[in-house]
Amino acid sequence: MVQLTVNGKAQKIDIDPETPVLWVVREQLGLVGTKFGCGASLCGACTVHIDGEPVRSCVTPLSEAEGKDVTTIEGIAAPDGTLHAVQEAWIKHQVPQCGYCQSGQIMSAVALLKENANPSDEDIDSAMSGNVCRCGMYTRIKAAIKTAAKGA
Amino acid sequence: MFMHLAQTAKPKIETANKPLLNLSRRGFVGAGTGLALAVTLGACSQNKPETLAQAAAPIPDNSNIDIGPLVLISIAADGRTQITNPRSEMGQQVITTVAQMIADELDVPWDDLFIKQAVGDKKYGDQNTDGSTSVRNHFDRFRMAGASMRQMLTQAAANEWGVDISECTSELGVITHSSGKTLTYGDVSEAAGKLDVPAEDTVTLKTRSQWRYIGKDKPSYTISDVIRGKGTFGIDVRVPDMLYAVIARPPALFGKVKSLDDTAALAVPGVTQVVKMKEPEGEAPGFQQLGGVAVIATDTWAAIQGREALKIEWDAGPHKNYNSKTYAQELMATARQPGENKFKRGDVTKALSSAETMISADYYAAHLSQSPMEPPAATAQWTGDNVEIWACTQNPQAAQSTVAQICGVPDENVTVHVTLLGGGFGRKSKPDFVVEAALLAREVGKPVKVTWTREDDIKHGYFHSVSAQHMKGGLDKDGNVTAVLHRTVFPSINSTFGPSDQGSDFELSLGATDNPWNVPNMAVEVGKANSHIRIGWLRSVANVYHVFANQSFAAELAHAAGKDPKAFLMDIIGPDRIIDFSKDGVTYPNYGASLDEHPVDTKRLKAVLDKAATMAKWGRDVPKGHGLGIAVHRSFLAYVATAIEVAVDADGNISFPGIWSAVDAGTVVSPDNTKSQIEGGTLFGISNALYGEITATNGAVDQSNFPDWRVMRMAEAPHVFETHIMESEAPPAGVGEPGTPPAAPALANAIFAATGQRLRAMPLLGQNDRLDMSKVGEG
Repeated sequence: MVQLTVNGKAQKIDIDPETPVLWVVREQLGLVGTKFGCGASLCGACTVHIDGEPVRSCVTPLSEAEGKDVTTIEGIAAPDGTLHAVQEAWIKHQVPQCGYCQSGQIMSAVALLKENANPSDEDIDSAMSGNVCRCGMYTRIKAAIKTAAKGA
Repeated sequence: MFMHLAQTAKPKIETANKPLLNLSRRGFVGAGTGLALAVTLGACSQNKPETLAQAAAPIPDNSNIDIGPLVLISIAADGRTQITNPRSEMGQQVITTVAQMIADELDVPWDDLFIKQAVGDKKYGDQNTDGSTSVRNHFDRFRMAGASMRQMLTQAAANEWGVDISECTSELGVITHSSGKTLTYGDVSEAAGKLDVPAEDTVTLKTRSQWRYIGKDKPSYTISDVIRGKGTFGIDVRVPDMLYAVIARPPALFGKVKSLDDTAALAVPGVTQVVKMKEPEGEAPGFQQLGGVAVIATDTWAAIQGREALKIEWDAGPHKNYNSKTYAQELMATARQPGENKFKRGDVTKALSSAETMISADYYAAHLSQSPMEPPAATAQWTGDNVEIWACTQNPQAAQSTVAQICGVPDENVTVHVTLLGGGFGRKSKPDFVVEAALLAREVGKPVKVTWTREDDIKHGYFHSVSAQHMKGGLDKDGNVTAVLHRTVFPSINSTFGPSDQGSDFELSLGATDNPWNVPNMAVEVGKANSHIRIGWLRSVANVYHVFANQSFAAELAHAAGKDPKAFLMDIIGPDRIIDFSKDGVTYPNYGASLDEHPVDTKRLKAVLDKAATMAKWGRDVPKGHGLGIAVHRSFLAYVATAIEVAVDADGNISFPGIWSAVDAGTVVSPDNTKSQIEGGTLFGISNALYGEITATNGAVDQSNFPDWRVMRMAEAPHVFETHIMESEAPPAGVGEPGTPPAAPALANAIFAATGQRLRAMPLLGQNDRLDMSKVGEG
């Protein structure tokens, strides 16, 4: 039994502790906003925050999250539903096409802006290059991150 | 993608492009929807909570009505309007676009709209979401549905008032009589449902100036869910009591399990069962499952672990000798020999031999994988002989009929719910993964979700075809082009559905036999090629390699003639005219559209070329190591020109200071989304051109995941991307695919301008993902 907090809620999970956090949040907790894209920390679709740090949940065993705070895309907006500045910027720039990678993109962008409130193009390239968007919305993502930075 | 190709594998689907005129007395019936899972798409407004759809009383559902507008539109007594979207949403914002077309003619407030996703059913007409067809093939049909319904509602109000319909007007859900009295659509929806559907010639569509939503930017319908992690994709479907499966598929096509030891797999905690898959039948794979061994578990991770523990010895099967290196040499050798003529104008052989200057070039383009970010996934649940399926499919009717055929049940026993698609690019047109889920759920006796891992997706796809091309061109002493020969060799998509040893006329019409050049002597020839892996369509299909070759070759001819490549392209396209390819012996399919409605117009082609060049400030001085390249092509009825500026550093690293595209897609329903599609289609093309290469050894695909199947990332993306939409009142053209074809040649031409290095093989970059600068200057 592994204990952790997910989006502010205490959880006890009874599963092989080697199971990646990705599959735990998706299949044990029903939080399917975190996506499976590669299973090998190569595409960023599975990005969540553990104790505020962005991690690739597809290669992070549940045991590493024991006793920690996990935040998924479902936990980024305020409890009253107010969207995060990054989410608002995503709407303003109409960033997503299919949207599948966007949970991970948003999680990476939120983490970036927390560390660096005014990122340069290079900072964005560096922080976001682990997140693949096959629809090719990179220029919109970059513009939206800058908008979110201004609003933050 | 192509109706005619899909038809080789399944019966022709009746397309209901127009509201039918049959009478119905059934009206609006029954409350409650048939959606068991979270495929309901919520309210249209960005500001409404997701729960509104559930909180309000259900909107009457017309799912058992099969006529005219009633199949697409229903209106509740409180005025909420439900539109049933029959097309698959894979990022092209088709939900929003379909709603724009219907709601405009229906004339309802945008925020009152609810969208329901249609299941796969012939009554919805063509649901094959492919070929960039959702607007260009259905613009009239969707508008007519909205206008017919509006007329019925207005008639119902007129009836209630006992007046003539000519005395009534309607706007934004309210019908007004000349006396000033009003009724809402909701007030009369039940009565309207009992009326006859009006004959099409009695329904008046709006004029352009009356359009409320068409041609305007509406926010994406799905974005509200997507940014909250709430949209339901195929891989997200959850059904009570379900099990999870992954499958070990034969490394080579039509390989078989020779021996299986599943002891260790069954010992993995969570693994419940190991199932040998039904093997595919016949000579052609079609949409069948691939065979292999499935591991069933209580969660996906356990199933993946179980699969790793399987010990399988494979019989390699009939394609075990497919090796990409040898095959590429064979393709190229074939391309250098005369092939079957498919386009003939003048006498190319004679003109080439008498040319002042003759140049030739060989081009090669590797197999590609669509690799949508969401790998294929499907869930199936049997009840007796009926199966309910949830899948990220581009073609729910093909999924339905293929499952029915392979499982031996009638079509009507198979219900296919369409989820959101995390990208498609052609991969999800093929329902092999849906068949796997249906077979496994029946075998296991519980609902089963099949998830493809990324490795499965890259190793077992329907690959974009590999190709070799040989081009020759002749110039006179003034640098005018006198002759062009284009030879192309590639295994055909048709090989996936039956015997085929040569590229099809349809594939040739994508960038080869539709060449608009005003050259007196031209020929296109095709050579023989057999396929050894599943060949499928990928965004813009054969245009990818054909346009790479001939738009690169145009720049090579310009270089040989000592002319500016853009001015040379304008010249070679020639005077304004409508092209009649029949004069060259080509029966031009024109993407299934009428040539009267959608002629091949060189004026429009040159206009986008001019515009993209202007946007890029063509002819300006660029910094050292930078270069501008340009290419233009008409595909899916849309004209797109793209200019690319590359910067190449001393180590051969490439970056993109800017990309500029001009698109003429006729009437555009959704402008910002059209720009987004051109941006995405262009970057998809550049990603494939720079890195894309699927190879096979002994019939098995060598690549497995994103390190060896590389795709474009943020740091490699352009700093500037500008798209211009040409003003046009021509009928709508496609926008999902036409951005892709010019991307690769514009890129290769830009690299040549920057470095003097002409790259003729895709992928353009080598193993180290850099240009080989030692070759710079060789031209």
